[in-house]
Amino acid sequence: MKYIISEIRQGIFRNVSMVISVVLVTFISLTFVGAASLLQMQIGQMKTYWYDRAQVAIYMCSDVSPADACPQGEASDDLKAAVEAKLQSDTLSAYVEKFYFENHEQAYATFQEQFKDNAVAKYVTKNQLNETFWVKLNDARDSKIITESFTGVAGVEEVRDQRSYLDQIFSILNAASLAAIGIAVLMLFSAALLISTTIRLSAFSRRRELGIMRLVGASNFYIQLPFILEGVVAATIGSILAGGAVLAIVQFFVQGYLAQSLPFTSFVGLADGLLVVPILIGAAILLSAAASGLAIRRYLRI
Amino acid sequence: MIRIENVTKQYKGSARPALNSVSLDIEKGDFVFLVGTSGSGKSSLMRLMLREDVPTSGSVHVLGENLVGIPSRRIPYFRRRLGVVFQDFRLLPNKTVAQNVAFSLEVIGKSQGFIQEAVPDVLRLVGLDGKADRLPSELSGGEQQRVALARAIVNKPALLLADEPTGNLDPATSQDIMALIERINLNGTTVVMATHDRGIVDRLKKRVVELKHGEIIRDEVGGTY
Ligand SMILES: Nc1ncnc2c1ncn2[C@@H]1O[C@H](COP(=O)(O)OP(=O)(O)OP(=O)(O)O)[C@@H](O)[C@H]1O
Ligand SMILES: [Mg+2]
Repeated sequence: MKYIISEIRQGIFRNVSMVISVVLVTFISLTFVGAASLLQMQIGQMKTYWYDRAQVAIYMCSDVSPADACPQGEASDDLKAAVEAKLQSDTLSAYVEKFYFENHEQAYATFQEQFKDNAVAKYVTKNQLNETFWVKLNDARDSKIITESFTGVAGVEEVRDQRSYLDQIFSILNAASLAAIGIAVLMLFSAALLISTTIRLSAFSRRRELGIMRLVGASNFYIQLPFILEGVVAATIGSILAGGAVLAIVQFFVQGYLAQSLPFTSFVGLADGLLVVPILIGAAILLSAAASGLAIRRYLRI
Repeated sequence: MIRIENVTKQYKGSARPALNSVSLDIEKGDFVFLVGTSGSGKSSLMRLMLREDVPTSGSVHVLGENLVGIPSRRIPYFRRRLGVVFQDFRLLPNKTVAQNVAFSLEVIGKSQGFIQEAVPDVLRLVGLDGKADRLPSELSGGEQQRVALARAIVNKPALLLADEPTGNLDPATSQDIMALIERINLNGTTVVMATHDRGIVDRLKKRVVELKHGEIIRDEVGGTY
């Protein structure tokens, strides 16, 4: 045991620069992995949050609607009443949690509120804005039923599921996190190569000792253990740094900055970060043990 | 103790086999010289007995182990039961005499208590008491070979394999080393020694096995070079 500990210490001091580069590469690549998994968690959280609030909008024809959807022009009260009746019918009411009607005045007020600082607010008139039935479903995934029931109905210009906007945002976020994972995997691969090179150099510089150890009958496990632990120690230091970086990102960037500037969105917190850290450390230990184990095994066979 | 049957060793990329259908039996307590010109296959044969290599065909049994079929995890435990010395001593330059011997015990997991007792004992046996704290670079060639011998026998092996142990030493020093090896043999350790030293072989009158082009051409008890 004393021998093994002193061997690891010597091994680490013998090629400090290689060990530092292993620490840095695992640190950076695992920080990427951690950030990417946090982003995945964030996407998941936002999905549940926003999908839950997503509604289906049934836009009624207005004066300025295109003629092919709305040949009759502005939807009449009769047509609006027909849509309302259909929403309340037995077939649909089972899916609908609630709905409300937004007339031109309300739509205009909302628009003015949303585009307060935008020049477009000055030019838009009440009649250009659709009157809308906002439908909240019991289960947002059933939106197709509403879309199919009302698309093409007289007086309806368009039926739109708000989720379709959300899906675009989420697919961009998703692509970003997948790219981060891809980069992380590449970097982890280079970390593994770096570890095995370091271990092989370390074994080369100790080849005299190794030869004598084999000659006097030291077991393979005993010969290999210091090398494997050398790699594992370096990678573990890197992963602990990465864990710290991930927690710092959550604490100072996400909670300290994002959550302050976007108060109505729920963000990943320290609890999620703490979930990621042990995974990073575990991954580092497994990866480095495998990389250095393979490296030293191949070296000793020759 | 050692049974070699029909062993052929063909190295990759060489036309002639280094060993060609060699059979050899060595009994417990024997002292055997392996002689033959350079390249006749002495070291190749020793390496097979050490399980540093496996034969192309044939079987090798040493200390009751079948060295052709032995699983690799058992090889270290096999090697603990024999001692080895080489022409080039193979000492660790940054460790003292005592540390060099102790190292070979540490790496096979012997207790500190055992090491502290065994190392001074074996150094006294090879005549190195008082030089325990020297580095190999501060020793003569003969003294370095004594350290290597001490390391080889500290575990009380049943078999000592020596590949030209006097190859780098002057005749007087060689005689000292041979006296030591004879003593080890008298204590019951089987000795197999490859050598080019005519004087030694002629003086000791032991069993002599001569190799030529990888074949045994002579196996004579009480023989000469
Ligand atoms: N690792 C190897 N790879 C290929 N050929 C080898 C190898 N080791 C030895 N040989 C060849 O095998 C033959 C026997 O070599 P070996 O070392 O056994 O001879 P030796 O009797 O020990 O010679 P010496 O007295 O010079 O030590 C030689 O022709 C040598 O070139
Ligand atoms: Mg030789």
